[in-house]
Amino acid sequence: MEIIAGFIEFISKYHSYYVNGTITTLQISFFGVVFGTILGIFLSLFRMSNVKIIKWISTAYIEIVRGTPLILQVYLVYYGLPMALPLPDSRLFLGTLAVLLNSAAYIAEIIRAGIQSIDIGQMEAARSLGMGYRISMQYIIIPQALKNILPALGNEFVTLVKESAIISVIAIPDLMYNADTLRGITYKPFTPLIISGIIYFTITFTLSKLLGAIEGRLSASDKSS
Amino acid sequence: MIKVVNLNKKFGDLHVLKGINEEIKNGEVVVVIGPSGSGKSTFLRCLNLLEEPTSGEIIVDGVSITDKNIDINKQREKMGMVFQQFNLFPHLSVMENITISPIKVKNMAKKDAEEIAMKLLKRIGLEDKANTYPKKLSGGQQQRIAIIRALAMEPEVMLFDEPTSALDPEMVGEVLDVMKSLAKDGMTMVVVTHEMGFAKEVGDRVLFMDEGLIIEQGTPNELFNNPQNPRTQDFLKKILV
Repeated sequence: MEIIAGFIEFISKYHSYYVNGTITTLQISFFGVVFGTILGIFLSLFRMSNVKIIKWISTAYIEIVRGTPLILQVYLVYYGLPMALPLPDSRLFLGTLAVLLNSAAYIAEIIRAGIQSIDIGQMEAARSLGMGYRISMQYIIIPQALKNILPALGNEFVTLVKESAIISVIAIPDLMYNADTLRGITYKPFTPLIISGIIYFTITFTLSKLLGAIEGRLSASDKSS
Repeated sequence: MIKVVNLNKKFGDLHVLKGINEEIKNGEVVVVIGPSGSGKSTFLRCLNLLEEPTSGEIIVDGVSITDKNIDINKQREKMGMVFQQFNLFPHLSVMENITISPIKVKNMAKKDAEEIAMKLLKRIGLEDKANTYPKKLSGGQQQRIAIIRALAMEPEVMLFDEPTSALDPEMVGEVLDVMKSLAKDGMTMVVVTHEMGFAKEVGDRVLFMDEGLIIEQGTPNELFNNPQNPRTQDFLKKILV
């Protein structure tokens, strides 16, 4: 009883840290998955390109991003990229950029699998109707592929909610960073962490359940009369 | 209209087409028959470059479409194709299936494209299915829609790749009827099929292919009733039991 009362007292005192941290975490994950998807579409198309150099660059990007730790990528983007490019001097922007550059590589592979799962006859039918490669991809192949990979994209979003905690290393006030801050302020070692853990879990669990429901409805609409 | 000169196609070591020479005239209905693996589908798919010929030339309306500098999309607009597996777009309604290409490729106004689609749907008696999705239709209905989807681009020639082979027997007739009415309207058609009845009734010319070559050809009467080549005789004996 005493412990719970302590938690409630703690939250009522420091709730703004958690609210703001949650918003930041959700923002980074959302933009990470949305722009990661857009970049991922292009990466996957480039990877399937017949032009060797484009295919090579895209493959190299995907393999390097998937083969190195996210925390290393965050440091490189935060400290390194502004030296090379005229980027806005914003932690939140650079942190989100690092996350989306990372997730784009994973999403590219999800999309590639999605595109390759579409029957070759779809592309042939589109081409035989006079549609060029770009129009065929845009209106025939990718819409079907995206529908197929929606569950996998949802999982990527859930993963990002958790993985984005890494950007606390460059002092972006997300849920993880704020929990750390509260540890410093209150000298309580566990309470701030446990509360942020509960919030993380609530978000990811809710999202997973929500995705499951959407998935169920999508596959229901696929069944014939 | 279509002239094929010494067409060769290899898949790796497999030599599928071994030098095909053929000319298809405007308004002609050419039926291609032959045992499976004889290269008849590959021949048809080469005509609109769904398969890229290994060597040889294909000339459509005086334009060499095997020329690398040609805009193949423009050429494909002139050639409609119907597939064995229908290949309707499952994420689009029947109406959208028919209108997407006129709208996106020919930049036709949506209203005009839908008007044409409606006319075509009425022609095959499926105007009430305009807003249905392909999965809710029978195979025969899907294939008839695939035919008018190709027609909506106003092609000069229609290619049919075993259009009735994936259908339940009771649906073959409705698809063949649409094809017959097309032939009657003077459409140039190249049809790969096992429907010998259709070949006899509608074909102007029948080509018999075996092992990558056109071995024998003639009017349906000549080819079916008086085949000269022993392999043609053998094939016809097997299928016309």
